[in-house]
Amino acid sequence: MQNGSLISIENLKVYYKVGGVFSKKVVKAVDDVDLQIKRGETLGLVGESGCGKSSLGKAILRLIEPTEGKVIYNGVDLVKLSARQMREQRKHLQIIFQDPYSSLNPRMTVGQIIGEPIKTFGLAKGREVEERVQELMEAVGLSRRFVKRYPHEFSGGQRQRIGIARALALNPEFIVADEPISALDVSIQSQIMNLLEKLQAERKLTYLFISHDLRAVRHLSDRVAVMYLGKIVELASAKEIYEEPLHPYTKALISAVPIPDPEIEANRERIILKGDVPSPINPPQGCRFHTRCPFAIPECSIISPELVEIKPSHRVSCIRISKDHPDIKENAAKGLGVV
Amino acid sequence: MNRLAYIGFFIVAILIIVAVFAPFVATHDPTVQNLAMRFAAPSAEHWFGTDALGRDIFSRIVYGARISLQVGVTVTFISAFLGVVIGAIAGYYGGVIDKILSGYVFNVFLAFPGLLLAIALVAFLGAGIWKVIFALCVIGWVGYARVMRGQVLKVREMDFVQAARALGANDLRILFVHILPNSIQPIIVQASLGMAGAVLSEASLSFLGLGVPPPAPSWGTMIEEARGLDTLYNAPHVLFFPGIAIALTVLAFNFIGDGIREYLDPKQRRR
Repeated sequence: MQNGSLISIENLKVYYKVGGVFSKKVVKAVDDVDLQIKRGETLGLVGESGCGKSSLGKAILRLIEPTEGKVIYNGVDLVKLSARQMREQRKHLQIIFQDPYSSLNPRMTVGQIIGEPIKTFGLAKGREVEERVQELMEAVGLSRRFVKRYPHEFSGGQRQRIGIARALALNPEFIVADEPISALDVSIQSQIMNLLEKLQAERKLTYLFISHDLRAVRHLSDRVAVMYLGKIVELASAKEIYEEPLHPYTKALISAVPIPDPEIEANRERIILKGDVPSPINPPQGCRFHTRCPFAIPECSIISPELVEIKPSHRVSCIRISKDHPDIKENAAKGLGVV
Repeated sequence: MNRLAYIGFFIVAILIIVAVFAPFVATHDPTVQNLAMRFAAPSAEHWFGTDALGRDIFSRIVYGARISLQVGVTVTFISAFLGVVIGAIAGYYGGVIDKILSGYVFNVFLAFPGLLLAIALVAFLGAGIWKVIFALCVIGWVGYARVMRGQVLKVREMDFVQAARALGANDLRILFVHILPNSIQPIIVQASLGMAGAVLSEASLSFLGLGVPPPAPSWGTMIEEARGLDTLYNAPHVLFFPGIAIALTVLAFNFIGDGIREYLDPKQRRR
C-alpha cells in the first residue's frame, strides 16, 4: 500500500458475460485498472457513458463482483472477503447513487430508509435510532418534520439528500458518489455539491466522485482520473488535467467544455472526435483510443500503452508521449513516432 | 377505479354474503329430493324451479356459491403463495437455480394443458373438494411464479436494492422488505383473474364428474345433471340458472382484475 492511500486498487477487472448460454462474448467494463485513492481526498473519475466508471465504483464496494484484481482497504483485500466479513466492512464504505428516484424504496418512509442501516448493524435502539435519523436529516439539510413522509413527496434534490443521509448513517470513511448530481437541475446541482464538500470537511470523508460533468469534477476534485473503454488513460491533479491535459482523449474532453465567454468560445481550438465509442465487447487492439485518435500511428493499434508518469504525479498512457516529449501535438509535428 | 370494477365488487360482495349466510338465504334444503315435483318451472315456491330429482335449484345455487368460493379462494391463495415464493427465488438468486426453475420446471408445467393435467390428477386421486383444490394448485402456481420472477428480475436491479446491500442488509431482508413489496402489484391483478379461472375450472371438473361428488351442489355438477337433450327442451331453467351463476361470478372477478390493473397502472388511470 502506498503512503497515505486509503484504498488501493490493483489490476482490477470487471467483465460481464453477454449473450446466451453458449455465448463467449465478454464486456470488459473495467480492464486492468490500478488506482490509489488518498485519505481525505476527492478523486474525480470522468469518462463517457459506458466507459466503466460506475462499474469501477461499484466493484470497489463489491456491489458488482470484480472478475479479478485487488481492492485493498486498510490493508485488507476486500475482494477476498467472505460475504459476512464484507458486511462488516460496509460500515466504512458507502455509495450515493445517480438516480434519486430509483435509489429510494418507494414503500418506506424517510425515517425507515435512513434508519435501516442503523438498525441492521445494531448501532442504536428504539428512541436512539429516531434521534440519529433526525440528526442525519439535519446534517444534510432536511427538516426533522419529514421523517414520516414517503420519497414520492420530495423533489429530486431533497431525495438526493435523503440518499446522502442514508450513506452517512454508518459513519463511513469512504463514499463512492456515482454521478450524484447528473439527474438534478442545474440550480440544485450546486447545492448538492456544496453539501458534499461541507460533509467532507466535517466528517473527514474520502470521495470517489464519478461524473461526466467536467465542470463539477473540476470544482470538487483534488485529483482526476480519466477513463476510456475500461482503462484509465490519464491521472493528475485537477488543476493539471484541466490546464495541461496530455492525453489526446483528455484534450478532446476538456475542449468540449464550453467557456462562458463568446469571444474565447468562438476562437478557441476544439478537438472534435470522429465516430462513436467502440463496443466494449470487442475493444480495439493496442491502444483502445486509436480508432478515434487524431494522432494515431500504425504502432498504436499494436502496442497497449502503460500508464506512466510523465510529470510529477501526472500519469498518462500514450506511446507518443514521454517525459522528454510530453506534448503530443509537437511530437506529431516533428514526426516523432513512438517516444 | 372504473365502473365495471364496482359492479364486479358488488356481485362478489353479494356472493360472499350468500355463501356465508347460505342456511338463512336458502329457501329449501338443497339435498332433499321431491320426485313428485321433478322439473318444476320457476314459481313462488321454487324461485328457480326444481331439477330432475325435485330439488330446489335456488337453494342449490346458494349452497353451490360456498363450494365455488371455497375452491376459488383457496386455490388462488395457495397457488399465488407458492408462485410468489418460487418465482422470487428464481428471480432473486438467478444463475443455476433460475435456469433449472424457469428453464425447465416452469416450462414443463406450462407445456401441459392445465385442465388436462388437473383431470388426470383428480382421476388418479379420486373426486373430492380438497383433491380438486390440490389439482388446481398444481396447475395454478406456475403462472404466478413466472410473473413474480419477471418482477423480481426487474426490481432487484433497482438502485435501492443495491443501496440496501451496500448498507449491509442480508438476502432475506432485501427480498422481503425491499423486493417483495415492490413486485407484488401484478400478482394481485393476476390473483383476481385467477379466482375466475379457479371457479371455472372447478365447475369444469365437476361437469366432467371429476370434481365435487354429488349430492354436494356444485354449479358444474348441476349443469352436468341438466345436459340431457330432453331436459334442455322441456326444462331449460335447470341448465340456465347454474350457468348464469358461473358466468356472473367469473365475469365479476374479471371485472375486478381489470379494474385493479387499471388502477395500478398510472398511465391508464383516468383523472
